[in-house]
Amino acid sequence: MTRTIRRVPLVATAACVALAASAMLATEAAAAPAASDAWRAECASCHVAFPARMLPARSWRAIMDGLERHFGADASVDAPTAASIRTFLEANAGRDRSPGEPTALRITETRWFRHEHDEVPASVWRSPKVKSAANCAACHADAESGRFGEHDVRLPR
Amino acid sequence: MVEVPGLRTCAVAAALFAAVAAHAETPSDIARTYEATARQASPGFAGFSAERGKSFFQSPHGGQWSCSSCHTDNPLAPGKHAKTGKAIKPLAPAANPERFTSLAEAEKWFKRNCNDVLDRTCTAQEKGDVLAYLTQLGRPEKR
Repeated sequence: MTRTIRRVPLVATAACVALAASAMLATEAAAAPAASDAWRAECASCHVAFPARMLPARSWRAIMDGLERHFGADASVDAPTAASIRTFLEANAGRDRSPGEPTALRITETRWFRHEHDEVPASVWRSPKVKSAANCAACHADAESGRFGEHDVRLPR
Repeated sequence: MVEVPGLRTCAVAAALFAAVAAHAETPSDIARTYEATARQASPGFAGFSAERGKSFFQSPHGGQWSCSSCHTDNPLAPGKHAKTGKAIKPLAPAANPERFTSLAEAEKWFKRNCNDVLDRTCTAQEKGDVLAYLTQLGRPEKR
């Protein structure tokens, strides 16, 4: 009898430790979400989630080094989130197509972007529906999900 | 039944942990944090004012942007990023219950947006005033 009663607190303690541990794991998971989640949550809150493959790693490094002055806005994130996004961007970056040239900070500055868009008439770029060359979704309806295929393009009239 | 001392404490502790993990903060929790900081900064602290928060929200503070530039003069409605045109969900908790449910998230945006609008950080008094303005929007007036 005494033995059983004594064993109950032991089991309870073990259960409590397990519960606390799982709660702590959940807390940790909440504090450090998957890198792609952090990237989307932070980078797509003000603009389209520009795919990592569209710039080489050195461009992403320069962008991540200057988040406090990010194209005229403060886009700073806390250090652990920044580290996680940086890792994600570098791991998924595109190849460096112009190694000798200055580091591009805008996708629209790259030779690749200009080549891909050389058939787009100037009137489209000036359209108020486009407003900025960074507004991918004006023509690429699926830009938010990272799809930029030519058959998905619809130029605004 | 055998009464196990500590089991209830354990359940309470686990529930508390789970609550923290889920970021279950409320706009009032966040307001209380700002109140404590504001009180510490100024012994004459006399509470937050929704009215002051409203004029702070709509003023350009000598710069190019105000909070309204992106969030509009009606924070119950969706906004639009002044530069990129990206849609912004409503800022007032009555219209968007996800707003002000994490102090860390609120602090992240106050830091960024105060820098953009005022070129400095906001004080706890200013943040509390804005929060008071946003939380009373769309709610029946208190008597």
